[in-house]
Amino acid sequence: MKLSRKWLEAFLRRPLDVADVSQRLAMLGAPVEGIEPLHAGLDAVVVGLVEEVRPHPNADRLRLTLVNDGTDTPKHVVCGAPNVTAGKKYPFARVGVSLPGGITLDERKIRGELSQGMLCSARELGLGGDAGGLLELDVDAAPGTPLPQALPVRDDQITIDVTPNRPDLLGHKGVARELAASYGVPFRLPEIPGTAALDIPPARRHDYGPTEVGGVRVAVDDRPGCPRLHVAVVRGVKVGPSPAWLAERLVAAGMRSINNIVDATNYVMLELDQPMHAYDLAALKGPFLWVRRARADETLHTLDGQVRQLDPDTTVIADAEAPVGIAGVMGGADSEVKPHTTDLVLECAYFEPRGIRRTRTRMALSTEASYRFERGVDLWSAGDAMRRCLEIILATAGGALDGPPVDVWAAPTNPTRIFLRPARVAQVLGVELPVARLEQCLTAIGCTVLSKPDDARMAVDAPGWRPDLVSEIDLIEEVARVHGYDAMPTELRPFRVGTVRDADIEIAADRVRHGLAAVGLVECHTLPFGPAEDQWSVKIQNPLAADAAYLRRRLLPGLLREVEANWGAQTASVRLFEVGTVFTSAGPGQPPHEERHVAAVITGPRRPAHWSHAGDTAVWDRWDLKALFEAAIALAHPDAAVQVEGASWTAVTPDGQVVGRARQLDADAPPWAAPVWGFELALDHTPRFPVRYQPLPVTPATTRDLSLAVPETVPVIALNRAVGRAAGSFLETLDVVDEYRGPKVGTGVRGITLRLTFRAPDRTLRDQEVDAAVAAVVKAVETDLGVQLRAT
Amino acid sequence: MTEHPTLAALVPRLARIPQLDATALAAEDNAVLGRKAGVLTVLLRDLRELPPDDRRRIGAAANELKARFEAAIAERRVQLAREVRAKAEAQVDLTMPARRRFTGALHPVTQVVEEITGIFRELGFVRAVGPEAESEWYNFRALNFPADHPAMDQHDTLYLDTGDRRTSEFDRRRGRSSGLFPAHERRQSPTDRRRPQDGRMLLRTHTSPVQIRLMKEAKPPLRAIMPGVVYRKDPFDPSHAPAFLQIEGLAVDEGISFVDLKGTLAHFARRFFSPTTKVRFRPSYFPFTEPSAEMDVECQLCGGAGCPACKQTGWMEILGCGMVHEQVLKACDLDPERYTGFAFGMGPQRIALQRHGIPDIRLLYSGDMRFLTQFSL
Repeated sequence: MKLSRKWLEAFLRRPLDVADVSQRLAMLGAPVEGIEPLHAGLDAVVVGLVEEVRPHPNADRLRLTLVNDGTDTPKHVVCGAPNVTAGKKYPFARVGVSLPGGITLDERKIRGELSQGMLCSARELGLGGDAGGLLELDVDAAPGTPLPQALPVRDDQITIDVTPNRPDLLGHKGVARELAASYGVPFRLPEIPGTAALDIPPARRHDYGPTEVGGVRVAVDDRPGCPRLHVAVVRGVKVGPSPAWLAERLVAAGMRSINNIVDATNYVMLELDQPMHAYDLAALKGPFLWVRRARADETLHTLDGQVRQLDPDTTVIADAEAPVGIAGVMGGADSEVKPHTTDLVLECAYFEPRGIRRTRTRMALSTEASYRFERGVDLWSAGDAMRRCLEIILATAGGALDGPPVDVWAAPTNPTRIFLRPARVAQVLGVELPVARLEQCLTAIGCTVLSKPDDARMAVDAPGWRPDLVSEIDLIEEVARVHGYDAMPTELRPFRVGTVRDADIEIAADRVRHGLAAVGLVECHTLPFGPAEDQWSVKIQNPLAADAAYLRRRLLPGLLREVEANWGAQTASVRLFEVGTVFTSAGPGQPPHEERHVAAVITGPRRPAHWSHAGDTAVWDRWDLKALFEAAIALAHPDAAVQVEGASWTAVTPDGQVVGRARQLDADAPPWAAPVWGFELALDHTPRFPVRYQPLPVTPATTRDLSLAVPETVPVIALNRAVGRAAGSFLETLDVVDEYRGPKVGTGVRGITLRLTFRAPDRTLRDQEVDAAVAAVVKAVETDLGVQLRAT
Repeated sequence: MTEHPTLAALVPRLARIPQLDATALAAEDNAVLGRKAGVLTVLLRDLRELPPDDRRRIGAAANELKARFEAAIAERRVQLAREVRAKAEAQVDLTMPARRRFTGALHPVTQVVEEITGIFRELGFVRAVGPEAESEWYNFRALNFPADHPAMDQHDTLYLDTGDRRTSEFDRRRGRSSGLFPAHERRQSPTDRRRPQDGRMLLRTHTSPVQIRLMKEAKPPLRAIMPGVVYRKDPFDPSHAPAFLQIEGLAVDEGISFVDLKGTLAHFARRFFSPTTKVRFRPSYFPFTEPSAEMDVECQLCGGAGCPACKQTGWMEILGCGMVHEQVLKACDLDPERYTGFAFGMGPQRIALQRHGIPDIRLLYSGDMRFLTQFSL
């Protein structure tokens, strides 16, 4: 909502400091988004006194003037305005001055005559309104006085952020009410020039069936959509430019000035938060103003030049033949007020907020009017808005009211009555406020506090402009707000410990993140969208982009895209991991299955470059991946074991579930890139048991290396199992210390060197015992696997 | 001792040891103390041939001399080694770069989340989580969002296509393996069948539905902090992302009031920023809290003087909060006359952007190593 500081000042009858206003509005719940000083460019424009006017020798429409701008030398100015008169004062822009429209004046000849500046119209100064002639200054200020000093034009446009529950702040009056409460001063509507003598009769209420006002039939068929409607007929108006005060206020509040009629309706909307509409009576067939639901085949040519398809869920204003406006959203082009319009039908309605919201959502058409109606205007003050609008029209466009306005309102109601318990206020706010203070706070925002009944409750009537106040808690919030959030204590009071414990999955995610960062990986967060992977990908109904139409099934594709982006930035060394949620479809109509995963990718040099190993070109390989995968399993899923599946490793739980996979990844790689390795693993969130301590050995160990010729068909894991079975209980560790392929072992065979470490927990082993164990191992692997001993 | 000629001859040699170079020292060591032919070794070995009196006297003197030789030689050796090292070190350029290892890093946003949740854990809050794919009931209705209400405008929602129309195709493929962990996903097929009133499936637009789940599943007192990813149909631009992190908080018990809300959150702000940071609470609006507030802290860049980052206000909006709305408590079967509570929500990414001076939120979704390694711990 854009506010004019001067308009607010007119309500409060006092000057306002914008910084102070901003501070107060923020603390009242309407933070200021921005403050824009208006007419700041006018400082260089001065009051000019025209001393002489002569005809231009070479042009009929132009005149030569001599302007006293307060300096010693009067300026020669060529002027085209019809109203320039000697002895009068006008705004004068000297050579070098830039005007709000972007023109910078220079000294030049116009049709052969020197012109040293410009006398200005209101429009040229960005003051809106009349471009027909110079802005006559009826002021005492001496020539040369800066215009903003001579004329109180300077204003500030204050943009506030209004929350959806506060429709009243969408009008200057509502904001003025809040400020008045904050400053502790009264406020009232600004006076409108020329309205003192007007006598507007009160509206005539009509409760059912069609009626008539000023020769126009009025009917409301869609009562739920339009519970209250004011209509007035004004005849004999003269459509024209708005007076300066009206145009200035609208422009300052961010709206264009169009003509005196449209401006009057917009003024009321910006002042009282009541959108209004003016129809050209001559364009209404019947003449009839009929609020009804649209028919399925109807269309309307709206003010924005579009043809809109209507439907029976849309409330429209129609004449005898067809819709002339979409209720509460936008009027029709045919019935709008035109320059030659003389007779008007004015509509001031309450439209049901949810219906307006549905209509404008369906039509993707949000307007100033629909924005206000869908938040709820004041059902009870519509008559005041109509009266205000009529005053402005009669004062600025002339004409006469044709009969009192009609108020079609079937069932007059009163605003909500709410009961407030002071004890409940204390329970929610944590402070005891005296009843008098509660009453003071509520009265300040327009509530009526009716009585103090015996049952420790206060009866409160909420004002019509606050449709958000419907229950006790709403009043408690108002009390807190007006009393001041900052006026309440800020205390860390004792609390009871909760019944829930820290989420296991978060504990697991922490452990994994810290564990992987500790081994040198770098965490990243990627967007959880991507293309479909398979039929279990979860589809987004209304995605932002086609390549982000699905939720991720896995983390690795996202990480791989980041690897490619790094390559694009000439970065060869990438070590990324991510912990995040992945989604799998769980079947029609079912919520998707969600699971927390961890994934990592590595590519590039195995260690940072250093001058001491300048030639080292070693890059991450599958054995680094396997180590990372094992480390991640220990962190994320300790009950799982690594298994080989084709060219990849899988992590398999004791009950046979595959919970992770590690392998080389295919990527769109530049020629210089190293292979990319990656793994992905599900997080197991079952709590960990503490590790059991293993006693430190007190006896010496004995090691033996066994060089074996192992057939290629025998994997090391099988060899290790056979060795483990045969070596007896003193075998402590078993390590692969070398692998060899080549002529010394022949084809179909590889050399594997195992290091066996033996230890007895309670004594030193004798060599004969170890020798016997080794002999048993050699025999066993030979018998079971066809493995031969090479040399020890 | 000097009576023995051999010993007497050795004394001056002992005095010369500090002047010997490495080669001469080794030779002298061997000549005097060598295991086979060292002068003292031989002398001591031959002692048993002397008469007992001489043996004792000369033996004692020889042993003493031996100890002194050993000490002098050892000392000279250390000295020589030190000289060698000093000579070598004089040639080393210590300004050459170190041999570094790769170091890991946690994402800057993770660091902020950990810090925030850590502070709340000090205050008795535990972490809680909920699904990211939610129903309309949990995301909106239980949180008191009226249907067709402008409050929905701030929650531009991504809806899920749960494939109701593809029933037959899905059933046909159901048994077949697919994806990364086919066996695993069968184990975890969901058991919570949706209720008809739950409405459409969507991606949660805030972490607040976790409040609902928590209040429905556990009884007060409840104190929880709920970090998680939330989704909005926002374009990916310098200040928006379609998926971002939020941290929700909830405290529900008998006797919890607005004073507790202010006290707890102001304490958090002072712990997170600095003990002297100024805090203010402004009225605001959320459908699921009332009274609702925004907490601002003094702008950390200008210290409250006003700068472009805080739009000249001197304040930075840190979190939204409020007393849990009565309707929300009722939706969770809690009696609002007995239980009250407060809730809050904040965006750790915005805090991370501001804390590190990162100009574009999209960087937080980048895997660029040059970016991420700037935040190593």
